Amino acid sequence: MSTQAIAIENTKTGEVTEAVYEHPFVVRLCHWVNAVALFVMVGSGLQIFRAFPSFGAKIPQKDLLNWPKSFAIGGWLGGALQWHLTFMWIYITTGLLYLGYQVFSGNYKQVLFVRRDLPGVWPMVRHYFFFGPKPPVTEAYNPLQKHAYTSAIGLGVLSALTGFAVWKPVQFSWLAWMMGGFHWARLWHFMIMWAILAFVFGHLVMVVLHGWNNFVSMLTGWKKDPEYSSK
Amino acid sequence: MISRTDDRKFKHASRRELLKLTPVLALGAFAIPALQKPLLKAGLGFSDWASSRLFRSRHLAPTFADSDLTPFSKFPINGYDVEDPGVDFDIWTLTVAGAVQKPGDYKLAQIQALPKVIQNTRHVCVEGWDVIGSFGGVRLSDFLAMIGADTTARFVTFECADDYYESLDMATALHPQTLLCYEMYGQPLTREHGAPLRLNIPTKVGYKQAKYLTDLKVTNVLERVGYWEDQGYSEFYGL
Repeated sequence: MSTQAIAIENTKTGEVTEAVYEHPFVVRLCHWVNAVALFVMVGSGLQIFRAFPSFGAKIPQKDLLNWPKSFAIGGWLGGALQWHLTFMWIYITTGLLYLGYQVFSGNYKQVLFVRRDLPGVWPMVRHYFFFGPKPPVTEAYNPLQKHAYTSAIGLGVLSALTGFAVWKPVQFSWLAWMMGGFHWARLWHFMIMWAILAFVFGHLVMVVLHGWNNFVSMLTGWKKDPEYSSK
Repeated sequence: MISRTDDRKFKHASRRELLKLTPVLALGAFAIPALQKPLLKAGLGFSDWASSRLFRSRHLAPTFADSDLTPFSKFPINGYDVEDPGVDFDIWTLTVAGAVQKPGDYKLAQIQALPKVIQNTRHVCVEGWDVIGSFGGVRLSDFLAMIGADTTARFVTFECADDYYESLDMATALHPQTLLCYEMYGQPLTREHGAPLRLNIPTKVGYKQAKYLTDLKVTNVLERVGYWEDQGYSEFYGL
């Protein structure tokens, strides 16, 4: 995958730095709209969960988790459902737009985790978590990143599918059945949310660690002084 | 081949790329108090519209074996205020009005004379819990035929002895699993479950399944939607 690269000459010093165009407009747009939508979906989802903070039978009702109201959106069940059933369309639309763009533009090759990325995962894990040597960076995403982003997209799709099974267990009875029934669909939906939040946590840590130029690339598309050479 | 530029041009190009993202700020409208309510109302309205489009008249809700039933004693009782509005069964009738050929007061025996249906279906509460219950009654569609209802009308509305009220879209009212229910688990309805007559609608969430029915009306216009809906819950909420 060749990324568009540019050499920038400083008009005063004549110094030349390089920049690469990593994130096309549609990807950046979807990223930020989806980030807002995800925030609202999680917040309102937790408020919905508060109405019956358990799984299984209603009686005897044992609360699985007493989630604080201040970390939820909507104020009450009806309000939270309004947020959830509004932003789900924004969440799904950005997801579909992103997937459609990635497939049709071919940009997916930059991020999709494939078989040949497999050997590169362990060296990256060793580097990040066990102080191993840093493997050479050759492209925009390293194998571990590809794995993380590909998984996150998969989780996003699953969050929508499990959500539809909870919202429409009769019209999509086959979907609910595949997940083990309405009960399980609700539990899957909940667990997938935590998996997505785990990804978001790791993502934010990496954003902080990788600094300003990396962060700006998701705003302007351009990453100055990339770690890898564009050739 | 790498193209070249200078830092000033690059800065301008970057700024243009950044400004392209300004549509994202439109989401901020949801944070403006005056706009929040109408926006969420529109969003929920869109979901309701999508729900009504997804509804299939001939698609049946899953049914279950007797061995899958939640024990009757564990079937939750959700009343919005009282568990027993004190209906006098001796003088109870269902008052029928609106776009029907035969309006008037119908006795329970007249309703029970229609073909009986027993179904084991899932009852899903908007809160997220669910139980599988056994429900016996007559098809609302059969009753609507008996009273000569205009089924081209848009809604069937219900009033209840406990001042609860509900409305159903006609497509759901005519669905073969939508029952005027007078039995649960093979026994006459108990008072806390809505005796003598309640709705059982496996294609709808629990709050649409009104208890203690007293009035039924076929209409094209809704003066009010339903007790919970009028407080901000989904109007259609089909499962």
